Amino acid sequence: MKNDLIDVPQIKKTKEHINDYQTNLDKVVKVVLVGNPNVGKSCIFNHMSGMYVDVSNFPGTTVSITKSFFQGAELYDTPGIYGVSSFNDEERVAKDIILSADVVINVVNGLHLERDLFLTQQLIEMGKKVTLILNFSDVVQKKKIKINTQLLSELLGVEIIETSAVTKKGFDQLQNAVKLAKVGNQNLDLQFMLQHLIDKGISKAEALLIIEGDSITASKNFMQPGLSDDREKIYITRRSKVNEIVTLVEYEDSKKGEIFNQLGRLSLHPKTGVPILIVILSLVYFFIGDFVSQQVVDFTENKIGKELFEFNVKSFIANFNESTILVSSLDEPGNVVENKTFRFPNGMASDTKLKNEFLTFSNKQEIAIDFQFSNPILRLFFGEFGVITMTITYLFFLLLPLVIGFYFVMAILEDSGYLPRLATMMDRAFNKIGLNGKAVIPIMLGFGCITMANVTTRLLGTSREKTIVTAILQFVIPCSAQLAVITVLLSGAGLKPLLIFVTVITIVLITLSTLMHKLLPGESSPLLLDLPMMRIPRLDNILKKTFFRSYGFMKEAGVWFFIGAIIIGIFEIFGILEIWQNILAPLTTEWLKLPKETATAFVMGMVRRDFGAAGLFDLNLTSMQVTVAIITITLFVPCIASFIVMLKERGLKEGFAIWVATWISAFTIGGIVAQIII
Amino acid sequence: MSNSTLDKAQKGRLVTIINLPFGELRAHLIRLGITEGDSIKCIERLPGGTIVIQKNRQEIAIGYDLAKKIKIILH
Ligand SMILES: Nc1nc2c(ncn2[C@@H]2O[C@H](COP(=O)(O)OP(=O)(O)OP(=O)(O)O)[C@@H](O)[C@H]2O)c(=O)[nH]1
Ligand SMILES: [Mg+2]
Repeated sequence: MKNDLIDVPQIKKTKEHINDYQTNLDKVVKVVLVGNPNVGKSCIFNHMSGMYVDVSNFPGTTVSITKSFFQGAELYDTPGIYGVSSFNDEERVAKDIILSADVVINVVNGLHLERDLFLTQQLIEMGKKVTLILNFSDVVQKKKIKINTQLLSELLGVEIIETSAVTKKGFDQLQNAVKLAKVGNQNLDLQFMLQHLIDKGISKAEALLIIEGDSITASKNFMQPGLSDDREKIYITRRSKVNEIVTLVEYEDSKKGEIFNQLGRLSLHPKTGVPILIVILSLVYFFIGDFVSQQVVDFTENKIGKELFEFNVKSFIANFNESTILVSSLDEPGNVVENKTFRFPNGMASDTKLKNEFLTFSNKQEIAIDFQFSNPILRLFFGEFGVITMTITYLFFLLLPLVIGFYFVMAILEDSGYLPRLATMMDRAFNKIGLNGKAVIPIMLGFGCITMANVTTRLLGTSREKTIVTAILQFVIPCSAQLAVITVLLSGAGLKPLLIFVTVITIVLITLSTLMHKLLPGESSPLLLDLPMMRIPRLDNILKKTFFRSYGFMKEAGVWFFIGAIIIGIFEIFGILEIWQNILAPLTTEWLKLPKETATAFVMGMVRRDFGAAGLFDLNLTSMQVTVAIITITLFVPCIASFIVMLKERGLKEGFAIWVATWISAFTIGGIVAQIII
Repeated sequence: MSNSTLDKAQKGRLVTIINLPFGELRAHLIRLGITEGDSIKCIERLPGGTIVIQKNRQEIAIGYDLAKKIKIILH
């Protein structure tokens, strides 16, 4: 009895304490990760949600919102921002979700407190419930920087979790991130400025944005946005407060800890930067153009794809169906030494003697086997261009290894921090075509996948720049899958076709972008880009990214390849392909000087460009014809997926205009080249 | 000591910012931690005038057109 009397009020007290301290998890619906670009939000999102979104070492990796779940609440990854406002698309997207958030998890980079805490302070002033994640603690420690987190937490009035996404230090604490969230220390002067709006029933967060001059938030609340003087005053006050906090909480043990980003500096300097770029490009060329496309693909396509997979599948089918098998044995240079034809009117299984003869004859080193089935349905699925046989060989044993190779290289570049430096180096050159250096980033990503790069154009400053880059991507940049096919087509053709290809594409690129720069109204924004640290790419990051991208590629390309192959197969059976080829014949044979069957590749190219280019494999083209064909296909319409994304990003009118223009330019330029070189 | 604009800064030299352009770019620079009165170091000047500066531990690339609008004192 006695005990109870003493205990009850005490328990009550602690409970109360917990209540005003800990956020009630049941009431939290929306948790949003917010922070400056490149601070590790996506790393933390991946850990908390168990999902995968891309992580790269340049500002602006995430350009849209990803939703997942954490402890029963919705968890969102957002694009990196330096402050809450509506200066650009990413900010608008982030602003809306921050306004509706119940809890904000603010990720900051411990190395750049002065920059990052500006946003933190703004979130706190908005009256949001915030938990601060102090990330990059591994580097902070290595640089011998000391941060007094206790004091920082007191000064801001929010809880701090120290983490490192590399060593996973502090990740166990992320469990409490939502629970610990609370409203930080409020500023009385500011409160005074906002009071008249709050009295009208406007939330504190929105009131602050209105005073800071955010016209979107203002008109939503039927208010006038604040004057630029007000914003200036609030910004300068916030800036000095942040600077003051940083001087109080941070000290460097030794000045030697200063970042000495030697390689980063070298890659910026023109005298060393250009050679570095050349070395990187050569390494990429040798890795992809030589190692992967020759050695690896030769093994996977011929040994695994044709000899193992196709041979066994086709033999299996031939066992039970009428078939004729043509076998040619070849000598070292690939000339036919001996031809033999095996006929199985009732299937291979019914004639064991002939079957054994066939197996012995075809069990040689250099051999070409052609299974012919009389049943058209079997031809459709298992014939030379069979939906099952050819598609699988192309996709898994030819394209996949090359695409993995390209993604691997891209992942290394993205993780190294090199891209923003390349952007800086190229800035002046890009100015001449109405862009700034940042445009390098979507364009480089385009060599991976155009569809993805179309979305990344969001990190560009103005709509005009987005239009120019989107056009460049659709017209001239070949994606990894397409590069893969081009690499295979060009391998063995010597250096000349490659040089012609690169020259023509470069001329088109320069002409196109110069024209757009001259014709499009509006202005472009100047470069303002913070450069992340250069560092040795981390293997786990690269492998993870390569895996997820390759998987995504297979999922998408796989579907379209099968659909495309079925359509082409059916067209072939009904003779539609023949009609189409004849209609286009004047264009293909006279103007492009290619065999009329190339028309098929153009139909295939509308589905996916790599699929179209793959249609050129079996045409026996001369090396100059190959050159014309790949130039035309490269300039031709983007694949369906990227077309749809382009429409979504840039609107119907612009999207269709670009699409139609690619038709015209592909055939015009392809034809001109053909007239000159063939 | 002389008045100039950031695009004229020399590699390796400290400069003091005396005036930032108005508008959104100004807001953006303040967020990045660059305000009037700050001393920053120019760590690279590319041909054509793209400038790379260092503020604290942060390296920031600034295009010629923007650098031209930032008034500085050369030390
Ligand atoms: N050394 C170190 N690197 C980190 C840490 N956290 C993230 N990184 C790296 O920083 C880079 C950026 O990580 P992301 O998760 O993509 O950053 P983000 O905040 O989502 O970036 P945006 O989407 O561009 O805004 C990647 O290269 C990460 O591997 C950390 O704690 N320590
Ligand atoms: Mg991200």
